[in-house]
Amino acid sequence: MKIHEYQGRELFARYGIPVQEQAVITRADDAKAAAERMGGFVVVKAQVLVGGRGKAGGVKLAKTPEEAVARARDILGMDIKGELVEKVIITPAAEIRKEYYVGLIMDRTSKKIVLMVTKEGGVEIEELAVTDPEKILKFPIDIRSGIDEDALVAVLTDVFEKPGLIAQAKDTVTKLYNLFVEKDCTLVEINPYSLIEDDQLVALDAKVNFDDNALMKHDDIDAMKNAEEYSRDEVDAKSFGLSFVSMDGEIGCIVNGAGLAMATMDIIKLYGGNPANFLDVGGSSNPDKVLQAIRIILRNPKIKSILINIFGGITRCDDIARGIIMATEQIDIRVPMIIRLVGTNQDEGRGLLEEKGFAVADDLSDAVQKVVAL
Amino acid sequence: MSILINEKTNVLVQGITGRDGAFHARQMVADGTRVVAGVTPGKGGQKLDAVPVYNSVREAKGDHRIDATVIFVPARFAGAAVMEAAEAEIPLIITITEGVPVLEMLEAYHVIREKGLRMIGPNCPGLISPGKSKIGIMPAHIHLPGNIGVISRSGTLTYEVVYNLTRSNMGQSTCVGIGGDPVIGTNFIDALQLFEDDPETAGVVVIGEIGGEDEERTAEFISRSVTKPVVGFISGRTAPPGKRMGHAGAIISGGKGTPEAKVKAFEAAGVPVADKPDQIPALLKERL
Repeated sequence: MKIHEYQGRELFARYGIPVQEQAVITRADDAKAAAERMGGFVVVKAQVLVGGRGKAGGVKLAKTPEEAVARARDILGMDIKGELVEKVIITPAAEIRKEYYVGLIMDRTSKKIVLMVTKEGGVEIEELAVTDPEKILKFPIDIRSGIDEDALVAVLTDVFEKPGLIAQAKDTVTKLYNLFVEKDCTLVEINPYSLIEDDQLVALDAKVNFDDNALMKHDDIDAMKNAEEYSRDEVDAKSFGLSFVSMDGEIGCIVNGAGLAMATMDIIKLYGGNPANFLDVGGSSNPDKVLQAIRIILRNPKIKSILINIFGGITRCDDIARGIIMATEQIDIRVPMIIRLVGTNQDEGRGLLEEKGFAVADDLSDAVQKVVAL
Repeated sequence: MSILINEKTNVLVQGITGRDGAFHARQMVADGTRVVAGVTPGKGGQKLDAVPVYNSVREAKGDHRIDATVIFVPARFAGAAVMEAAEAEIPLIITITEGVPVLEMLEAYHVIREKGLRMIGPNCPGLISPGKSKIGIMPAHIHLPGNIGVISRSGTLTYEVVYNLTRSNMGQSTCVGIGGDPVIGTNFIDALQLFEDDPETAGVVVIGEIGGEDEERTAEFISRSVTKPVVGFISGRTAPPGKRMGHAGAIISGGKGTPEAKVKAFEAAGVPVADKPDQIPALLKERL
């Protein structure tokens, strides 16, 4: 799960990580009072979950409160990579002497939490990792023992040089790590981590991603969820226990299991078709899930056909068949369906469907070729 | 022969009285697995059919030799169940549960490695040595005893591949579902090494998917250390970047984890990558 910068800054403040004052506004006129309070010279920043907002024109300087209103008016309502800007923050424009980068990630390979730190802040860190990987210092942390303070200071000394700055960075990294572990993050990033007046290091941006699996442990984080991260169909699907991702094709897919669902989309593409969605009905055998899946898929006006591909394990083919029959009785399925059923209780499932006049395939390639040819 | 489990493996089921645990414990017994005991805290002394239930792993271990444990405990408690099995030094810990917090598994991973134990999963279908033992949730009837090893990050996609192998009369020595999460106990390389060392495995199918760089490292390992023929499959070739595709680990982020990089790495290591599961048997047969 992702959160907005302003939410990340609030979280940083709770953990004692230095951030600047901010005002979150949704109406451009409100920028005036906020900018006046902050001394007039401010930055207006779009709040979107996608990256690259700076390049898209979503971050602007304003020298006066009036200019702040104008810039806020420009940015609010902008479309940044398909995301509508509904909020901006107003924050003081600091005089920046130097920009660093500090980030923590969960590294799948080493099974460690890795601190990344560099003097080259303010740039896209993914790009720097490709062009100048040696400029990013990496410091692995074992979750069982936590941060080795002496080793951390040694790493930070290389980057921050002055004792005063090293001490501030050490304090920030420690608090960032506490946030990471306590709230089950997958990524915490300050870019830029900036040196401003009076030799003070502050977080001028905040990027925090959370482990979806751990949201059940953190009601406060779960409450920060933003509707714009997922489409309405994705949210609805989730409420029925379905895993759904919108795509831009015209063949609706209903599959059990994430790997098979991905492979099914791939094979559709291989035969020249285009999948409209990824949909995993999950492991359980509830006929209602099939009904809801069909309902959600049919909301998409582009849908021309539906492919149902089930390999029964825990999922029982007869339950899926019941779900399909229920759906045909309760909703108008305006497009043709190709059904492939194999595995647990396949004969019962096919029997039920064939009674109602459905043809059922047993070979996946056949089924895909049929649906693409429709 | 087979890897990791065989007809003598004694199995414990953690979460045996739950809906999924009970269903699959019975299924495993029906498929010939030696399920010797179960654990559900507070239900010690009860029985599931003929299988005795204990309050803790340690208690069960007092009465039985346990070679492997399979965990069906809900996500909220699964991390603790894994640690309990590790503390009781169960050599093979298989976690079926989906949705376990990643940092809990990060900690368990290191504890289990240090103790010299092995974890499989989480978020996996388990493993099966056809005709000998099944520890997990896969439909046993699609399998056939034989000499092909199967390793996969997915569940039902593995069934699809096995179904095609069996239809081509290519039986399996062991099929291992390593799990779809970002942090898993046993990776492709670990399992490949076991198949390489198993005299009765002749060839291996590796079923990868988008996300992470495990497939890339596996390709390197194959070109260096695997003499047996390997055929690959990668799912998620049409997945949009930045979206999590069902599995917590299946996401293309920051240009990493792309299907193109994985296919390229496999091919560079001399591993043919099938475009669809029904091409796998022929690709493997050519190389055996």
